[in-house]
Amino acid sequence: MEAKIENIPRVTAFIDEQLEALDCPMKAQMQIDVAIDELFGNISHYAYAPGTGEATVGFDFDEAAGMISVVFSDRGVPFDPLGRIDPDINAPAQERAIGGLGIFLVKKTMDSMEYRYENGKNVLTIKKKI
Amino acid sequence: MTINKKQNGTSLEIAVEGRLDTTTAPMLEEELSRSMPGAQTLTLDFADLAYISSAGLRVLLAAHKAMMPKGGMKVINVNEIVQEVFDVTGFVDILTIE
Repeated sequence: MEAKIENIPRVTAFIDEQLEALDCPMKAQMQIDVAIDELFGNISHYAYAPGTGEATVGFDFDEAAGMISVVFSDRGVPFDPLGRIDPDINAPAQERAIGGLGIFLVKKTMDSMEYRYENGKNVLTIKKKI
Repeated sequence: MTINKKQNGTSLEIAVEGRLDTTTAPMLEEELSRSMPGAQTLTLDFADLAYISSAGLRVLLAAHKAMMPKGGMKVINVNEIVQEVFDVTGFVDILTIE
């Protein structure tokens, strides 16, 4: 689908449907939904800026490991979200910056997050045990 | 997301219901920029807030800063999922959470 923030609810609805079919605990589902908001939101804002383009979201469930994966891919500007420095989470309110906080939050709430650039695509995979 | 506003004199209470994320955060931002100038204190009731992402944190931080010179802002009825986001991001040290 088109990488634009108006499509975040569509992505969330698609993933929620898969998670509900697996009886995923509510807490994990909410954490995954937040991750979608952060990651698809980032792609929508930056991958094709100032233009637009396509992004793909895939879902997989590894039954043996009880692990779900969500894979985001786009053909936009190569960007490794794991390459940035973690934000200072101890800074006082006046010096707080929000940049980088979303990715940091995803890193902390998912079991793994991997990035690779292959065949002209950014491929970002998050995994979570449910 | 649904926003319910209660104003009692100069104390403003806003209850946010649903999801506070990239798509909905601008609605809360707009409501706050409209209502905050007349308020001395701000209470955000998150009893029915399902989750919050960094887009929501951005709005909370701006509101917190805007209320600092006045009577301040507090956040009440935070659920486990939202509390975890505050803990992980260090917002727990910035916000007044009751």
